[in-house]
Amino acid sequence: MVTVLARAGLWLAVLFLAVIGVALAADGGFAIHMGIVALAALIAVWFTISGADYSAIARGILKMPDQSKYDDDPVRWGVIATVFWGIAGFAAGLFIALQLTWPVLNLEPYLNFSRLRPLHTSAVIFAFGGNALIASSFYVVQRTCRARLAFPAMARFVFWGYQLFIVLAATGYLLGITQSKEYAEPEWYVDWWLTIVWVCYLLVFVGTIVKRHEPHIYVANWFYLAFILTIAMLHIVNNLDVPVSFVGSKSYPLFSGVQGALVQWWYGHNAVGFFLTAGFLAMMYYFVPKQAERPIYSYRLSIIHFWALIFLYIWAGPHHLHYTALPDWAQTLGMVFSIMLWMPSWGGMINGLMTLNGAWDKVRTDPIIRMMIMSVAFYGMSTFEGPMMSIKSVNSLSHYTDWTIGHVHSGALGWNGMITFGAIYYLTPRLWGRERLYSLRMVNWHFWLATIGIVFYAASMWVAGITQGLMWREYGPDGYLVNSFADTVAALHPMYALRAFGGLLYLTGGVLMVINVWKTIAGKLRDEAPMHDAAYDPATDRPILAAAE
Amino acid sequence: MSMHSTYDMLRHLADSYGLLVMLLVFVALIAWPFRPGARERNSEAANMIFKDENDG
Repeated sequence: MVTVLARAGLWLAVLFLAVIGVALAADGGFAIHMGIVALAALIAVWFTISGADYSAIARGILKMPDQSKYDDDPVRWGVIATVFWGIAGFAAGLFIALQLTWPVLNLEPYLNFSRLRPLHTSAVIFAFGGNALIASSFYVVQRTCRARLAFPAMARFVFWGYQLFIVLAATGYLLGITQSKEYAEPEWYVDWWLTIVWVCYLLVFVGTIVKRHEPHIYVANWFYLAFILTIAMLHIVNNLDVPVSFVGSKSYPLFSGVQGALVQWWYGHNAVGFFLTAGFLAMMYYFVPKQAERPIYSYRLSIIHFWALIFLYIWAGPHHLHYTALPDWAQTLGMVFSIMLWMPSWGGMINGLMTLNGAWDKVRTDPIIRMMIMSVAFYGMSTFEGPMMSIKSVNSLSHYTDWTIGHVHSGALGWNGMITFGAIYYLTPRLWGRERLYSLRMVNWHFWLATIGIVFYAASMWVAGITQGLMWREYGPDGYLVNSFADTVAALHPMYALRAFGGLLYLTGGVLMVINVWKTIAGKLRDEAPMHDAAYDPATDRPILAAAE
Repeated sequence: MSMHSTYDMLRHLADSYGLLVMLLVFVALIAWPFRPGARERNSEAANMIFKDENDG
């Protein structure tokens, strides 16, 4: 009873503060945001009060969770949220790709490119990827520790608190609330909220590891833990801001000038390194061996992969600031560490791929494995391309061009997207206790739509990027630039249309996933021919008759 | 300590003892899975995820 009252009281206090925030708001955006917070707190109060089992409390029984079962509710919600935000993020991406091709689609002011672009990146990275990471980490840490989640109430708060963060971030972008730092756009109060949620996430994860029943902590958990800890550090340092007013949405960063730029790209690149790489590698190290039913190729290599990645990635950020005011030695340092990252990245890729050693036929027969293997292959390709682009002379051609966009998408759509789809297809039947997925053939279609979509995307952006880079640097004999910026934009138009087509294919694959996951949860099984079977021809299955003589 | 000498102290630490300590820690961590007897423990760890085959 005391805890129910304390929790309800806490949410009431949040509600009270949010209402005061609405009343005193210095700007309209802050008022809308505090309205959203008030609504969320009201819902939390309602569920705290109505969800409590009063008769059990009256009888003096503390409702204890069943320790003989894994706590999978937050994982189930996380799978649904991943699919939902995935579609939202892919659709936003397709729409902004179409805006770049046909600028008339810029609907001012709320749906113009500059407001939708962070909405797209945050939706796919933090909403789609983040939910996949939180859900899969809760699933994997329980299985590999053979222990139920520590702090179940806190785990639920992590899930819902993270959704509130996403809603505040997304609505903020549309309202024009942004601190204009790439991948760190949310303003100070949203950052504070995420910090609280993230610390709770760390406590749940570490708490579960502490109560484990396995002596060894499986390597996937190392990667998850590195991801959680590093993101906490990056998020806090990059968002050291001074709010203009405690009832307003505007703030100014502590670091300015070139220091600010370095902190931002130290954050930005390690968001790639620890959110999109370490976290998803954790998924690879669990789901690929599980789906292949074979242990990881080399556990020793996975440990080397881990430490090399951790020690090298953190220094690679300055390669985003080549040929800027950043000191030359810092640029070179960033470049050298980026190139050294080739080794752990490829070591990890080989480790993932070679897990299939001796069972390569699974790539032909199991579309989920095929998805995961394609994902690991894209991990290898984009971690080859990235270090190459960090070399200063290559960067002088590629930087600020669409080549960068293509590179990011071969990593994000190929590596992060495909491994997440694989994990979702692995998890859904298990979490809802279904015999199998609704349809494996739809997984196969999803695989091909996504793969061909990425090919369209990456190929068109390579052509666009190199075209752009070469046109920008072209000098005439008299020493003037040959092309105006508008000339380069016109030259890229067909490439932009092809990119949007690739995005459409990828989104279509995502829609197939929605149908498949939906029907699987509903308990339906599609009546379909199996993906692969040994050949049988009844016409030839008979004895040879003696020829009439 | 003035702003400039803090910077100076830190950058000298970073490219001398700091670098050395990082390198030694890194080498030790990489060498760890190669210690005698690690092979068996590694294979046990790699196969641990299959113990729960029937309760997923």
